[in-house]
Amino acid sequence: MFSRYARRKYTDVVVRAACVAAAVLALVPLVSVLYYVTSRGIGGISLAFFSELPKPVGESGGGMANAIVGSCKLVFLACLFGVPPGVLAGVYLAEFGHSRFGKWVRFSADVMSGLPSITVGIFVYSLVVLQTKHFSAFAGGVALGVLMLPTVTRTTEELLRLVPESLREAALGLGIPKWRATLRVMLRTAAPGIATGVMLAVARVAGESAPLLFTAFSNPFWSSGVNEPTASLPVNIYNYAVSPYEEWHRQAWAAALVLLVLVLLLNVSARLLVRSRVGTR
Amino acid sequence: MSVSHEVSPLIRPRSKILTRFGREVNWGDFVFRRATALLATLMLVALAAMAAAMVYGSAESLSKFGLGFVTSQVWDPVRDVYGALPFIYGTLASSLLALCFAVPISIGVAIFLSELAPAWLRGPVGFLVELLAAVPSVVYGLWGIFVLAPWLRTSVEPFLARTLGFLPFFQGQQRGFGLLAGGIILAIMITPTISSVSREVLRAVPSALREGALGLGATSWEAVRVAVLPYARSGLVGATILGLGRALGETMAITMVIGNRSEISASLFAPSYTMASVIANEFSEATGSLYLSALAEVGLLLFVVTVLLNILARLLVWRVGRLPEGGRL
Amino acid sequence: MFARRNLLVGLLLGLVACKASPPAPAPVASETPQDEAISLTGAGATFPYPLYSKWISEYNKLNPNVKINYQSIGSGGGIRQITANTVDFGATDAPMKEDEAKQARGKLFHIPATIGAVVVAYNLPEVKGPLKLTPEVLVDIYAGKVKRWNDPKLKADNADANLPAKEISVVYRTDGSGTTAVFTDYLGKVSAEWKEKVGVGKVVNWPTGLGAKGNEGVTGQLKTTPYTIGYIERAYASQNKLPMAEIRNKAGKFVAPTIEAMSAAANAVEVPEELVASLANADGEAAYPITSYSYLLVYEDAKDAVKGEALAKYIWWGLHEGQRFSKALDYAPIPTKVLSKVEARLRELRSGDKKLLSGA
Repeated sequence: MFSRYARRKYTDVVVRAACVAAAVLALVPLVSVLYYVTSRGIGGISLAFFSELPKPVGESGGGMANAIVGSCKLVFLACLFGVPPGVLAGVYLAEFGHSRFGKWVRFSADVMSGLPSITVGIFVYSLVVLQTKHFSAFAGGVALGVLMLPTVTRTTEELLRLVPESLREAALGLGIPKWRATLRVMLRTAAPGIATGVMLAVARVAGESAPLLFTAFSNPFWSSGVNEPTASLPVNIYNYAVSPYEEWHRQAWAAALVLLVLVLLLNVSARLLVRSRVGTR
Repeated sequence: MSVSHEVSPLIRPRSKILTRFGREVNWGDFVFRRATALLATLMLVALAAMAAAMVYGSAESLSKFGLGFVTSQVWDPVRDVYGALPFIYGTLASSLLALCFAVPISIGVAIFLSELAPAWLRGPVGFLVELLAAVPSVVYGLWGIFVLAPWLRTSVEPFLARTLGFLPFFQGQQRGFGLLAGGIILAIMITPTISSVSREVLRAVPSALREGALGLGATSWEAVRVAVLPYARSGLVGATILGLGRALGETMAITMVIGNRSEISASLFAPSYTMASVIANEFSEATGSLYLSALAEVGLLLFVVTVLLNILARLLVWRVGRLPEGGRL
Repeated sequence: MFARRNLLVGLLLGLVACKASPPAPAPVASETPQDEAISLTGAGATFPYPLYSKWISEYNKLNPNVKINYQSIGSGGGIRQITANTVDFGATDAPMKEDEAKQARGKLFHIPATIGAVVVAYNLPEVKGPLKLTPEVLVDIYAGKVKRWNDPKLKADNADANLPAKEISVVYRTDGSGTTAVFTDYLGKVSAEWKEKVGVGKVVNWPTGLGAKGNEGVTGQLKTTPYTIGYIERAYASQNKLPMAEIRNKAGKFVAPTIEAMSAAANAVEVPEELVASLANADGEAAYPITSYSYLLVYEDAKDAVKGEALAKYIWWGLHEGQRFSKALDYAPIPTKVLSKVEARLRELRSGDKKLLSGA
């Protein structure tokens, strides 16, 4: 009896230590990457970076103001095209998705999450850019939205399914129509988790450059509205990082740092938003 | 006790309609089901459209090479001869390697964050892990070139060759760049996906289950293993599949460290090439209808590989045990 | 409610970002008194991107109403976009092929805009002076026949260099690129065996070595891994202070890739009326053998007369005043005897029956 208990206790301690080790191991590359980006990028951060347009090589100053605004625009459009359809599709899968049709939809969401972003970019290029005969922020938003769809849908479905049935039964018992129960009770309970899924998807698309090259293109000047090509942080980061000039490299790292901070801010605000609706968890 | 005459808006009577099934159904439910079904169909339609576009685009290559495309190892744009076997191998090897690294670590992180960590640590650590997802692919690639590959070349690969060199996986010239570097970078990139979703899944498990197990005398780990994990299994598998999807489709970071040589070799030190990378690398410059068609076919093959891996994953889950899924006990 | 208000604020901010209009431009005396704003888009080669962005910025200072947006999505991408009419001009390092030209809506002119060189860079900690490479040795290294740095073939031309007994790590470009096209074009010209076995193109089936993505990928490998050799654009080698090999040219001299050597190569080659010519392995004692033109692609018949005229004027400016920015950015200017031919070609640009450049 004693040795069996000791063995169980021992296993418990070992597994706990392994989990802590896993967490540390996961953080090591992050810290390394963050350090790398920060040390190389902090030199490029200045007021000019946030307010000026890019300048060619050899001229001092210059910044990525248009890229920052452009990225905000693109992420907003991506969320518009990706989040409502994604969440509602996830709701469908969780509520009514036990049929064959549901299986197909779930399957296609999983498969779609494996498509390279460049394939999605080429697809949206043929769909939108070739039809309108010009590049635009709208096309970029569509491409990013399509990239977000599978993650948002599957996360919504999985988390909605985990909400205990007792909550739904209680709501139905009060006479609330089924659809209302789903939306206002089940969805609201799962909301913090869904917000995490959405933030994951946003974080990923905020840093994608390949699909934007053929849709939103880029722009050395300001772009107005959604029908013009627009600069964005990831495309600028890519273009500058692959150039030969140390000056441009520094700007690329600074842009990467700004991108990380922007996503962090989005993350924080999404969490606060959701937490305030549901209560602390 | 006085009863308020103000009826809550939630339970105000709504109009009903008779459906053709003869049941009285709330119009809200009717619209809700149809509307969400429509959006779910959108996803199916989008995927079908992309698949159709890829088949259409690869028609020329399909008719010219047929099955030989999948078995041939030669990729020569100058001679217009194309074969995708090395890319299939590279994609499968790098993604599975990434899963081997990422799944244990991610689940470990998720358990740590949902069960073991003190409350003040959960927020910051969870945040940091999710921040990994926001780093652009090209930044990972550059970090891989300047930090990861030299480290692998000078410290890790010699060590592996010394200790495990009898295995074919750890033989050959050590350059830092290669399948091992690719697998590690992919693992780093998919960890936030798997661990974040897993963490949410574990958090959603009703604490009654955990507490019940603890009440029966289980240690923390036993409570997790027996009560929490089975309930969360479907969600954890879903998280892993999302991570796998991301690994299969990653282009920029992996192409910067994997060596990009269309050769098949058992060694982890050897360079390799993935399907997503070859599309990203050669699409911008490709001219010539057979070349573009071959690239489209590689895209189609990637699509097929993703489908097959997904089926495999679902079968594995089904075989391991038909335990009740969470929420529907 | 607190949360609802936050959501509304977020939505409002998003809408504001979408509707964001550019700040009013500062009034500057313009060369051409036009009031309407003209926007031109171009896409293509990565190689001339730094030069073109300098041109665009300088031209915009002189003509604030003309906004040109050039993005480097690759030569192939540039050809595809100009053929699909989603951009106003394209740019490519390697000239278009026949079947590509057929897909365009009209005749496309190749306008040589600048000159660049592909250099062979290496990482040899023990070697001090520049490495001297003959074409045969270079081909053998890339074919995998010369495997070690202290091979007698290398020692023959570099007697006083301290060549180590290490394996040569060969690096090539994995992504399709004009740089590879220029390099393999040269290798194909100096070795019939290379031309037959491997071939010339933007992507080839390399016999040996590792593939790195982009010039920066090759540069990264060269900087971090010793005993490596690779081919890159001159700007990357000079900006990253990588040693560049001296290649023996057709006249038998070992030439370093200087701007003067690039110009010498350009001067030695006759350019036909189509303005497309290979500068690889050019004649002349001072010529650097791995040099190439980079072209702009413009439709002979512009659909929109206003845009066509603005584009024609911009290209004219680039080929005259714009050339003075070349040297600082590691490009060579177009030689004067080629310029007269280019001018004649530019004068042929028209919209319908009207010629776009009159006088000038």
